[in-house]
Amino acid sequence: MAELQELTAHHLMDLLARREVSYTDLAKASLDTIERVDSQVRAFVTVTPERALSVAAALDAAKAHPSPLAGIPIAIKDNMCTRGIPTTCSSKILRNWVPPYNATVVERLLQQQVVISGKTNLDEFAMGSSTENSGFFTTHNPWDLTRVPGGSSGGSAAAVAAGEVAAALGSDTGGSIRQPASFCGVVGLKPTYGRVSRYGLVAFASSLDQIGPITRDVTDAAIVLQAIAGHDPRDSTSVPLPVPDYTKSLVANVKGLRIGKPREYFGEGIDAPVRQMVERAIDLMVSLGAQCEEISMPHTQYALPVYYLIAPSECSSNLARYDGVKYGLRTAQDVDMIAMMEKSRDEGFGPEVKRRIMLGTYALSAGYYDAYYLKAQKVRTLIKRDFDRAWEQFDVLLTPTSPTVAFEIGARVADPLRMYAADLCTIPVNLAGLPAISVPCGFVDGLPVGLQVIGKPFAEETVLQVAYTYEQHTEWHKRRPNLEGSTAAAGGGAK
Amino acid sequence: MTEDEVAHVAYLARLELTPEERKLFTVQLDSILAHFRHLQELDTTSVPPTSHAISMQNVLRDDEVTQSLPVEDVLANAPERDDSFFVVPRIVES
Amino acid sequence: MSRFEAFIGMEVHAELLTESKMFCGCSTKFGGPPNSNVCPVCMGLPGSLPVANRKAVELVVKTALALNCEISSPSIFYRKNYFYPDLPKNYQISQYGDDPIGRNGYLDFMVDGRPKRVHIRRVHLEEDTGKLFHVATGQSHVDYNRSGVPLMEIVTEFPPDIHTAEEAREYLVNLRSILLYLGVCDGKMEEGSLRCEPNVSIRAKGSMEFNPKVELKNLNSFRAVYRGVAYELERQAKLLSSGGRVTQETRRWDDARGETFVMRSKEFEQEYRYFPEPDLVPLTFAPEWLDELRRALPELPEAKRARYQQRYGLPAYDAAVLTVDPRIAAFFERAADAHHDAKAVANWVMGDLTRLANATDGGLDALKVTPDALAALLKLIDAGTISGRTAKDVFQEMCQTGKAPDQIVREKGLTQISDETALAAVVDTVFRENPKEVERLRNGEEKLLAFFVGQVMRATRGKAAPDLVNRLIRERLS
Repeated sequence: MAELQELTAHHLMDLLARREVSYTDLAKASLDTIERVDSQVRAFVTVTPERALSVAAALDAAKAHPSPLAGIPIAIKDNMCTRGIPTTCSSKILRNWVPPYNATVVERLLQQQVVISGKTNLDEFAMGSSTENSGFFTTHNPWDLTRVPGGSSGGSAAAVAAGEVAAALGSDTGGSIRQPASFCGVVGLKPTYGRVSRYGLVAFASSLDQIGPITRDVTDAAIVLQAIAGHDPRDSTSVPLPVPDYTKSLVANVKGLRIGKPREYFGEGIDAPVRQMVERAIDLMVSLGAQCEEISMPHTQYALPVYYLIAPSECSSNLARYDGVKYGLRTAQDVDMIAMMEKSRDEGFGPEVKRRIMLGTYALSAGYYDAYYLKAQKVRTLIKRDFDRAWEQFDVLLTPTSPTVAFEIGARVADPLRMYAADLCTIPVNLAGLPAISVPCGFVDGLPVGLQVIGKPFAEETVLQVAYTYEQHTEWHKRRPNLEGSTAAAGGGAK
Repeated sequence: MTEDEVAHVAYLARLELTPEERKLFTVQLDSILAHFRHLQELDTTSVPPTSHAISMQNVLRDDEVTQSLPVEDVLANAPERDDSFFVVPRIVES
Repeated sequence: MSRFEAFIGMEVHAELLTESKMFCGCSTKFGGPPNSNVCPVCMGLPGSLPVANRKAVELVVKTALALNCEISSPSIFYRKNYFYPDLPKNYQISQYGDDPIGRNGYLDFMVDGRPKRVHIRRVHLEEDTGKLFHVATGQSHVDYNRSGVPLMEIVTEFPPDIHTAEEAREYLVNLRSILLYLGVCDGKMEEGSLRCEPNVSIRAKGSMEFNPKVELKNLNSFRAVYRGVAYELERQAKLLSSGGRVTQETRRWDDARGETFVMRSKEFEQEYRYFPEPDLVPLTFAPEWLDELRRALPELPEAKRARYQQRYGLPAYDAAVLTVDPRIAAFFERAADAHHDAKAVANWVMGDLTRLANATDGGLDALKVTPDALAALLKLIDAGTISGRTAKDVFQEMCQTGKAPDQIVREKGLTQISDETALAAVVDTVFRENPKEVERLRNGEEKLLAFFVGQVMRATRGKAAPDLVNRLIRERLS
């Protein structure tokens, strides 16, 4: 039998249901893998072996497989509240913070009795595209340990790619689920804004943040999305639409599908080999019965500045609460109130967080609000309208997830603007609040390339179906990185 | 963006910057903002701002009391406490 | 001060009478142990999100309608960003800009017998902060129980319509009345559920420009508002008269010393960096619903005052006093409807009832007397069964025990003695016992009449009918 840590969640669910493997063995497999490989990958901030084994033991003692995801080892990005487990946002300012409550998504997973193996590393407060902004340490890409796993959900993507867990939750504000999924050769889904509750997700940019699954394949993504989606009365921006059965979208059929290919996502900013992989993927879809046409989305070029004005503005306000008063780091220096707040924040926040707080504070301040924040919100409307126009003609849009494959650790840290450019293809989707998935579509020099499928609001079913169809006609999702200490990767897949 | 503006913004955001940080941020923020200036070339006079990607209204809850956190949970992470109060350093009115 | 004209803007905050807080289900109950009514939302814990309280919205809409405002639809929540330890998120969810729930309203009331209209710029909804206590060590203690309690802010229009301390006080009195009538706020200034911050500036008469204004804090009663504003006007007048300039600042009223002191200069005022709250969606108000609310508004003080003068023939003064507190007004109306003499009822309500209510813990609600019982008491007085003097004691007992007046009179044997023969006998006895005083009275010392009345009252344990006693004394003298 193939090693447990290489299997998809749905395969494991099958084995568990048929009692071919015990819950405890599965939990142990996850924990053992973490022990073997995480010194290299460094995906985890906190590992929770006792809890994991305790849940597994209880499941072994019970009669039947109680729920779809019962016993499945899952990692949670460390910006989602888990009661009794430190939730650090990979920031020194929350290094020892233990929430007294669970995020709604965590509640929903716990109700299914998943095994939480631990909390994963991220760019500090989800601000970054490489996980190098973590206040603790950098995560390494399992495909090439000298490279970044992407960000900000780098820990979650790496943990899934490395087989440490069967699935993970990430959060996406400008691409933070999709881009690391793309860099790590796994599947990452950002739902429509409002589809999944944000209650308990430590806020970065409130009008853009969404939680979503990072998994080995599209089927797993559908199953996890099913578990976490749906209205939450504790989140005023959570939409009261019924949740369909996403597993019904796992049908390999794209006949008659109208695919849009936005010109601006295939231009100069995209590395040629990446572009080629994605275009090949589109060709495959066409060969399966879809139609594809180019479309221009003229406001795409403004998405980056719009995002880098709105997100920092909202974050400057969301991060004001970290002041050493009620929780988190308080400076050891004996000073007055204002100085205490200033020093605590200076000691607790990393440079990227400070940079964005400064940017956001400036953009909102008197005299600049109209020119920056308000202007950005208006251009956001124009960007959204580009998509509205696209939906008149097309069912989905296909683009690269990221302009490049994973870059080397340290390559971009000193140049914020260059780092921001990694989000070129993903940011517009957040601005418009749309659902999008990244699936592996090839390799360039041994590094994964991601294909992004963007759908209409609340059309996760279409997005999943398109992604599933592509996946079922390729073998990329079966490849596993060759990590020292883990068994050899399963073979296959065109290069 | 001048260093003085950066100092003022840092005060508004309660961030204590070292002189080096202040210099570095002045340069970086200035270049980032320059990059964004081409937003101004767009005509948005009759374009409404998008505050929310979704269009909902009147999301309200009934006026019912629900359970609060146990006091110990509230204070568990307090950097400094005195019985059931949070303690903060002296406030100097400027 | 006569060289100057004064401008007083009024900013009033009212804690709304809801069971739960503005954005979470924690209780709003006053006075619990510190930090016992808090949750992730009102504590501003990472990951928490606000959900707006429907009742709080309704109470603000009602108030805005009662103050003749236009209702904004949509109306948006904003974040007001500043750092302070009693503000858990270091931003307050509030309202700003052109779309507060209520705008462009007004309040009509009487000052010095003359009608006055004060225009209201905005009525909006926000959340309260926690409480900071300075302690001996120099540090501060923070209690977040109050954090997140729904707060309504009412701001007068600029330039201000209020020009005197008296107008300022009367504005507040009348505004508070309306809040009580609507059941929106309990108006307890001493407890902080109603807070008033006047903004005071003066300028030389004939000048066109406005001088910097001073914000006053810590005015915890109507009297303090009057005194504080009056003091500040004098202080500024003296300052300008001696060639000085008024600094824009916040000053704290010290009631014991009767002066204001600088708190902090507004030159260091924060920039609030308002922007629309992304965690909340807009409020919209359907016209039909607003009409329904408008129709359901109770009779407000102004209308009630007019009706009291018309229906009960009361003078304007009585009408004004009776309508300040809606529960007093309700009591009066029910008693007046049960008794023919509305003026007598009014006197008792404005006098003994109000006095006893103010002296009792729990106020009017704690008194056990009913309007019908008061009417019955007045009937006993009319019938001569008891004197007015005795009635006061009976009334007090009615308030304490809830017993009917005739029962109390019976139990305590308080029936007025109106039997001429019996009283004449008592008068004769008193005369016999005080011959010198009788002589002096006969010789014209009128003030001894009171002495004899007192003696008769003592002998009859206060039960003699006073008018009868007076008459009998005069008769028996001659």
